[in-house]
Amino acid sequence: MSSNQHVSFEDSVPDNLKGLVADWSSDVQTFKVRWSKAMMWIFLVSDTFIFGSFLSAYMAVRLTTTVPWPNTSEVFALHVGGTDVPLLLIAIMTFILISSSGTMAMAVTSGYKKERVKTGVLILLTALGGVAFVGMQVFEWSKLIFEEGIRPWGNEFGAHQFGGFFFMITGFHGLHVSIGVVYLCIVAKRVFEGRYDRLNDYQMVEVAGLYWHFVDLVWIFIFAFFYLW
Amino acid sequence: MNEQEKPFKHPSFYPGDAVETEHPFSLYISCWILLFVLSAFSYMVDLMEVQGYLRWFLVTIFAFLKAGLVVGVFMHMAWERMAFLYAITLPPLFLLALVGILAVDGAFVYYIRDLFMSLTGS
Repeated sequence: MSSNQHVSFEDSVPDNLKGLVADWSSDVQTFKVRWSKAMMWIFLVSDTFIFGSFLSAYMAVRLTTTVPWPNTSEVFALHVGGTDVPLLLIAIMTFILISSSGTMAMAVTSGYKKERVKTGVLILLTALGGVAFVGMQVFEWSKLIFEEGIRPWGNEFGAHQFGGFFFMITGFHGLHVSIGVVYLCIVAKRVFEGRYDRLNDYQMVEVAGLYWHFVDLVWIFIFAFFYLW
Repeated sequence: MNEQEKPFKHPSFYPGDAVETEHPFSLYISCWILLFVLSAFSYMVDLMEVQGYLRWFLVTIFAFLKAGLVVGVFMHMAWERMAFLYAITLPPLFLLALVGILAVDGAFVYYIRDLFMSLTGS
């Protein structure tokens, strides 16, 4: 390119660090994504603060208690074939949620290729994973409540605050999964109806995918900090 | 939108028809397998009864690696522009301040409880 040739602003928008400065400093739109995607991400950031506050509160209370914290590998052990396998159910739940995240990522990709049936089926498969996850959580909760006698105000395994935090954190996460299943079913219905084909735009599948991956993301931290820590 | 109506050349100005957001299934499947392997590692930490600082370190490292994979690959953050990436990922770092403050406070409360509850014998 010769030096006297005109270079338009649009051609000169740089990437990476220079792009960061350019996007914030020039009098133009800062986020070059659609509003639906930006708004979902901003909602997810606020949700991060909710779960982050829950987990921080859990840490604070666990630090202050002078009574030993219940041993999670004992509390959540599953009796299989004569022996107690620690955290078996939780491992299966993790497996299912990660798998559903995988199918959701594929649904988003199929959406970009505007493959209607494939996208819809993959979203339904994801929702099915969510249903399985919530079902196992119901099993886990009833086992803890009816067999092990864990209550929000006390239990026989150690510090009394354990139950309160367990039910609050996993309950709020389970609520997110349940809402996600309903959300995914609505999106799947719209995919099958051909709404996104008419719009020639599958962006809403990606936005739903962001929510679903976030649910998986939260579970990663609950699994690490509540069950394993 | 046809080509004449596009005043900007960079594809990220048109996220709806951006080609770079399309990835082969194989990418997601490798990410999926990697997530399984990392989950298995965290589970192994518990099965092998690793205790103390090593346990906490390993559990945290595996969790953050998995989180990076989910956010980067599944949620496509790796392919977003930096202005968007930082606007979303930096604010949650304030939680570290909360964790830090609560850790100091928690340690103090524990110290006080230990001191007085041992005196009262409860």
